[in-house]
Amino acid sequence: MKIAVCIKRTPDSESRFKIGGNGSAIDETGLKFDMDDFAGYAIEVALQLNEKQGPGESVVFAVGPDSVQETLRKAMSMGVDRAVHLKVDGPVFDGVAVSKALAAELKSGGFDLILFGKYAFDTSASIVGTATAELLGLPCVTAASKLEIASGRGTARREIEGAGEIVEFPLPAVVTIDEGIARPRYPSLKGIMAAKKKPLETKPAQLGPVRVQVKAMELPPERPAGKIVGQGAAAVPELVRLLQNEAKVL
Amino acid sequence: MPNVLVFAESRGTDIRKVGLEAVTAARALADAVGGEVHALVGGPPGIAGKAAALGQYGADAVFVCENAAFAHYARETIAATIAERAKSYRAVVLPFSATGRDLGPRLAAKLDAPIAADIVSLSASGDTITVKHPGYANKVIVTLAVTGPLAVLSLRPSAFTPKEAPRTPRTESITASAATERVAVKEVLEGARGKLDLGEAPVIVSGGRGLRAPENFKLVEDLAAAFGNAAVGATRAVTDEGWRPVSDQIGQTGRQVSPQLYVAVGISGAIQHLAGMRTAKTIVAINKDPEAPIFKVADYGVVGDVFEVVPALTDAVREAKKGH
Ligand SMILES: Cc1cc2nc3c(=O)[nH]c(=O)nc-3n(C[C@H](O)[C@H](O)[C@H](O)COP(=O)(O)OP(=O)(O)OC[C@H]3O[C@@H](n4cnc5c(N)ncnc54)[C@H](O)[C@@H]3O)c2cc1C
Ligand SMILES: Nc1ncnc2c1ncn2[C@@H]1O[C@H](COP(=O)(O)O)[C@@H](O)[C@H]1O
Repeated sequence: MKIAVCIKRTPDSESRFKIGGNGSAIDETGLKFDMDDFAGYAIEVALQLNEKQGPGESVVFAVGPDSVQETLRKAMSMGVDRAVHLKVDGPVFDGVAVSKALAAELKSGGFDLILFGKYAFDTSASIVGTATAELLGLPCVTAASKLEIASGRGTARREIEGAGEIVEFPLPAVVTIDEGIARPRYPSLKGIMAAKKKPLETKPAQLGPVRVQVKAMELPPERPAGKIVGQGAAAVPELVRLLQNEAKVL
Repeated sequence: MPNVLVFAESRGTDIRKVGLEAVTAARALADAVGGEVHALVGGPPGIAGKAAALGQYGADAVFVCENAAFAHYARETIAATIAERAKSYRAVVLPFSATGRDLGPRLAAKLDAPIAADIVSLSASGDTITVKHPGYANKVIVTLAVTGPLAVLSLRPSAFTPKEAPRTPRTESITASAATERVAVKEVLEGARGKLDLGEAPVIVSGGRGLRAPENFKLVEDLAAAFGNAAVGATRAVTDEGWRPVSDQIGQTGRQVSPQLYVAVGISGAIQHLAGMRTAKTIVAINKDPEAPIFKVADYGVVGDVFEVVPALTDAVREAKKGH
């Protein structure tokens, strides 16, 4: 199968964040950047599908500044065959604009399957996969926690509110990947060496108008320091009293 | 006129609370831009009877689409039905629920409109709608400016409180737009439909590895039942073990919730878990380790064994509820 995976470069999700000088970006000093967690799962899914199903090709796409090339190389060191960098000058928070750039590139690619993460850590928006599918006119399954492909059709499990569902769909299709589906492999030394010779193509991203812009970033207010009500079951009456009279939630 | 179209999400023949929240937010936006609120509701036959309820929360007009296919989320048909009517509106407002997450980007792409997802506040001036959205897994609040004649806005559940703004709405019954459902739902698992959703429940009781075994989640379920309006959540340690379904997971990579009350039972309070629940109004933690990080964010902490504290709390809550 020919599989595309759209990946994003994001800061390590375990970082402690500070807001940068002008109040409209995070301070990047000291932050580690890597492939977004969900994009990592999507790459692993693509690699496993092609390993199981025989000859195929996997291609990664990223919209971003030059720094995303490092992330694309990492994907190739995991086993992806080639990479396409759609270049922009800075981060883009407009999901539809990113989708347009991806769709323009994916349109003529002849892919059987196009994978995305469920959401990206920084934007936390769950927009790009679904919007790209819509622009391409392809069926779209969001938040798949299991995915099987057989004779031109896909079956996926999705986790929805309070339940799971099994869906079936024809290929070509877009699927956004939830966690729990596959643990991304570590690049091997051989993989890292091989990635240096794999093709990485760069071209300008066709974003169209950017209509969502960051005006400010701030850290959420700290919660007031916690309070210990007491020890063991003996603390229960006081806890219930506080829930009734102070917090008024009971 | 710069009117606002709102998707009043339903489940079966009931309007969901997130649907009412969306109507309230749409009302505020319409008042700011000087327009009307038009609500669109789709559901199986019987949903038409709920149109008046939307007027209660500020809808000037209600488009009702009764269709047996809408007993479940018919993604392509609903998207086509809304998109067909949305073109001349100032904004389309919908919940950032499982349905809205799927629907919002479809609408934005169909309408070639910008979208802001999972927002917790909004205001409008001129051709700009300004919203706040918790990004970076709730670690950074991002203020976004959305420009253009039409915007799609999805709202974080519980971030807006349904507020009455009664009027008698004009109602119009509409037919669903034609669309082919290419993704077929074969099976709904766990039969949990109808269960209170984590995004909507005023109270969430969550269990962690401290419960030691899946059968001990009965303690958590009993406490949730005593509250009466509670859903059950879990940590990743628990969903990884398969003690609870992944859909119950709260945290950075699971659900992000803001209930009135969050009770953490045998949960250490890892940063990735806190990312999903630190915006709860009140947090209670029960943990035997006084040094557990969950106590740093808990309004009320009880240091003790869950097997002793939780049953006592369940009894006390049941008693307190009786007194109401
Ligand atoms: C990239 C990434 C993403 C992640 N995303 C998530 C996420 O979305 N959600 C999430 O929850 N986690 C997430 N995690 C995992 C997270 O780091 C923690 O491992 C997890 O939250 C721990 O779950 P826990 O509190 O149940 O278990 P533990 O950390 O093992 O804590 C169990 C607690 O129970 C207490 N305890 C034990 N016995 C008793 C008893 N008898 N009575 C009272 N207390 C008792 C202990 O003192 C301890 O504090 C993520 C991790 C990574 C790396
Ligand atoms: N700039 C980008 N380049 C390539 N893929 C992206 C980009 N932004 C988002 N994606 C993909 O879309 C998914 C959802 O992102 P979002 O809609 O921003 O939450 C991510 O997990 C990626 O798979």
